[in-house]
Amino acid sequence: MVADIDGFLPDSAFLLDVPASDWKDAIRQAGKGLVAAGFTTDAYTDQMIETVEKLGPYIVIAPGLALAHSRPSDAVLKTGLSWVRLTKPVEFGNKANDPVSLVIGLAGHDENEHIAVMSAIAGALIDPKKTAALADAPTPEAIRAILKG
Amino acid sequence: MNILCVCGNGIGTSVLLKVNVESVAADLGIDVNVTTSDAGSAKGTANMNDLVLTSAELAPELEGTTTPVEIITNFMDTNEIKEVLEKYAD
Repeated sequence: MVADIDGFLPDSAFLLDVPASDWKDAIRQAGKGLVAAGFTTDAYTDQMIETVEKLGPYIVIAPGLALAHSRPSDAVLKTGLSWVRLTKPVEFGNKANDPVSLVIGLAGHDENEHIAVMSAIAGALIDPKKTAALADAPTPEAIRAILKG
Repeated sequence: MNILCVCGNGIGTSVLLKVNVESVAADLGIDVNVTTSDAGSAKGTANMNDLVLTSAELAPELEGTTTPVEIITNFMDTNEIKEVLEKYAD
């Protein structure tokens, strides 16, 4: 299955080197990227925050990396991702993996559409060299190129 | 080996973990069948698996299942995943 990285991560979904005051603000930025790309409505941003309030900071799945998301809902218009790189890392309350410097927002329209693109992302983030390159990549285009491997 | 990856909603972090577990298992030559689930329904399906993988925050939700539950701290750390899989590989 070839992942449509260009379609799921368009330029408008990136917020590179932006500040965030706390974890909620960081998730709001991820929501902003999803809304800007036409993937979600503002309601989904609140749902992503609620997910963490309800279930804890489990979305911080690796050192420095949070995968902000909620369930498929009416607030998801299309499947897609956003990519928020923070100027200054923020604490999510996850002892093992704080602080977070990269927030990937995920909106799944159903339970399957996003799996190919998530595979591509996992393939890149599991590779320390690519993770370092993603932190330094200057543009959305450069980030997509790394994800495409 | 049947493995269940559990996250809060069953569509995000558990999917990433599934991808990485499959890739590590392939490297180790272990035959795995990995499925994903949200924490709420995981209790029901956990017993159909040999191993459950989840994060520290969600592990308490799975208390009471008879299938072993292992916590993965860094979903992107192949060594951590490898250690867990090797422990249950026999």
